[in-house]
Amino acid sequence: MADTTTRVLTLLEKGPAEQGRRTDEVVIGVSPAFGDFFSRTIVDLPHAEVLRELLAGVEEQGVHARVVRVRGSSDLAVIAHTAAKLSGSGIAIGVLSRGTTMIHQKDLVRLSNLELFPQAPLMDLETFRKVGRNAARYAKGESPQPVPSRNDYMARPRWQAKAALLHIKETEFVRAGAAPVELEVLIRMADAG
Amino acid sequence: MSAANSPAQSAPRQSERTRVLENRPVNLDGFVEEWPEVGMVAMDSPYDPRPSVRVENGVIVEMDGKQRADFDFLDQFIADHAIDVEATERAMALSPVEIAHLLVDPKVSRGEVLAVSCGLTPAALLEVVKTMNVVEMMMALQKMRARRTPANQAHSTSARDNPIQVAADAAEAALRGFRELETTLGVVRYAPLVAIALQVGAQAGKPGALTQCALEEATELELGMRGITAYAETISVYGTEPVFCDGDDTPWSKTFLASAYASRGIKMRFTSGTGSEVQMGYAEGKSMLYLEIRCILVTKGAGVQGLQNGSISCIGVPGAVPAGIRAVLAENLIASTVDLECASGNDQSFSHSDMRRTARLLPQLLPGTDFVCSGYSAVPNYDNMFAGSNLDSEDYDDWNVIQRDLQVDGGLRHVPEAELLAVRNRAARALRGVFAYLDLPPITEKEIEAVTYAHGSNDLPLRDVLEDLKAAQSVMDRGVTGLDIVKGLEAGGFPDIAEALLGVLKQRISGDLLHTSAILTPELTTLSAINDANDYAGPGSGYRPSGERWEEMKRLRHVVSARNPEQELG
Repeated sequence: MADTTTRVLTLLEKGPAEQGRRTDEVVIGVSPAFGDFFSRTIVDLPHAEVLRELLAGVEEQGVHARVVRVRGSSDLAVIAHTAAKLSGSGIAIGVLSRGTTMIHQKDLVRLSNLELFPQAPLMDLETFRKVGRNAARYAKGESPQPVPSRNDYMARPRWQAKAALLHIKETEFVRAGAAPVELEVLIRMADAG
Repeated sequence: MSAANSPAQSAPRQSERTRVLENRPVNLDGFVEEWPEVGMVAMDSPYDPRPSVRVENGVIVEMDGKQRADFDFLDQFIADHAIDVEATERAMALSPVEIAHLLVDPKVSRGEVLAVSCGLTPAALLEVVKTMNVVEMMMALQKMRARRTPANQAHSTSARDNPIQVAADAAEAALRGFRELETTLGVVRYAPLVAIALQVGAQAGKPGALTQCALEEATELELGMRGITAYAETISVYGTEPVFCDGDDTPWSKTFLASAYASRGIKMRFTSGTGSEVQMGYAEGKSMLYLEIRCILVTKGAGVQGLQNGSISCIGVPGAVPAGIRAVLAENLIASTVDLECASGNDQSFSHSDMRRTARLLPQLLPGTDFVCSGYSAVPNYDNMFAGSNLDSEDYDDWNVIQRDLQVDGGLRHVPEAELLAVRNRAARALRGVFAYLDLPPITEKEIEAVTYAHGSNDLPLRDVLEDLKAAQSVMDRGVTGLDIVKGLEAGGFPDIAEALLGVLKQRISGDLLHTSAILTPELTTLSAINDANDYAGPGSGYRPSGERWEEMKRLRHVVSARNPEQELG
């Protein structure tokens, strides 16, 4: 990999995640091992780039973004809905280490969602940017066109068993009953040397 | 791969044959090693419990090596509601091999097997199938399938959630022979429009084809209660407590949901399958099949008539481990063996290899199941919003040829193009009538023309999605019901389709679709395990395609005429 733009992600825990009060925010809820034990999605996208695109997508709409870690579950619906309940706008993005992503709203039932991106192997950086953008637009009270869902029906035979192994590993980091924590996100360029 | 070495120095010379094999589609499939400690094992794990049972005062106090005080909620539910306490000690006294013989031997009736299977614990059922190879399992499944006549189910979905496409493909699917049709969404808010389209298309294609829309459970139930859909299937159960709890559920809450459907006379079945627990990270170190057997018995205990199983959406997991596809057949067999309707999988993309996906299909197709596919994609897989099926609309001719080659009934038939075009066009027009009656966004002549000839959503003009989504919400807000669709069909000039849909809705008054393995015939009579019980008893008995049905199966797209070999019969 001759990647000249390697970014390094540092996620610092700042204490219990607060209930948001500003209505112009989107909360991004990451899974227990995101940017921690795991550093890449199932197709090797660095978590630094994933978070960078999500944040950029939200912020380019003039909306504030806040990142929390949901520690009590590795279930995407739980993560996204927990984050939505913390969000001042009621809108959140949930993302698992392997890249599966969901936009949620606090008043929807947990197993519903605004937009779901169930196939982690199809999530590229452009899609993450669009997810951030749409979440911000929901937060502003708009009704954006959903991000076109990509569908590769051959992702399952190729990736499902590996996804299971990744999920088992992620689930080992679940701390039952642990409250979500606020994260400070530092994304910097790796040392050239 | 950044080494600067010259190619001659870098890699050892590779076999040309290896290169050819490396490029075969099967090598795009994922395979993983077994890891029994986390449940990444199909059906043979050292950590699965040993069978045992003890009854005291009419209550099971020990099951599979566990005392009642140590039961988790699945054990308790199964012990109290699924296993026949009267039969269990006698049944459990038989050895697994003896029970497997009862299953395989055509001279032992289905009823005699049920008298034993109703008393077996999960670990005992596992031990029974572990003694059987796939041919023995197919022999057993041929006898244990509840309904005598096999059937098939299709998916009709659209990558754009285009309701006109869903209606046209549902009509074509019903005409080709599917008796159940299922849809789901990319954008869930589209559901009411697409569910209406599926219902209209199905009845336009062939009266009595039952429809469902897979959604979050509350909305799915509401669409069912309103009569917009005719049955439900995606009520998932799981084999361990943590996975159940992840969905905020217990066996009791799922049973409550099941009784909500039953209270309105709506057909429903549960869904489960090998691999879901390990996929979700909570397999508790048990084999995929042991956990699936717990799901099957929870379904039985809930009093639900049937189950969709055969790994379903997790097929990539058992498909990646040794003997995984044998385990998938075993789960279908066990569902049938405890007298449940079985919609037997083959409904999710499984392999890049055509050989491998056919090999995965035959164990259900050859013996026949209640629904050979619990979702044959009636649309090209790129439009399949269940993330692709093992078979899609490009496989229709292959399927018809395999039925004819082996004289095995997979529920489908070849239909000449003129009939297909007519029914696709009529379904789209009927939907336009219903949309107009309900004041939903218009369907244009251009859209109807396009969908008549289309293969998939790529061939269709785009809809105004935001207008459609607003209209979908209004369907929910205004309380639109199945009867409103009937009125819309009548008002639009489609009285026969209105009559068919009304006939389907009337079923919920008689409740006949609550019988095990119930489907409706095109004449709107119920065919179930009650009036069409499987009577297989060896050679010369049971269901065999014959008469009119066999003549229909002989027809293909291209058959050279015997009377005039210069002509083809199409």
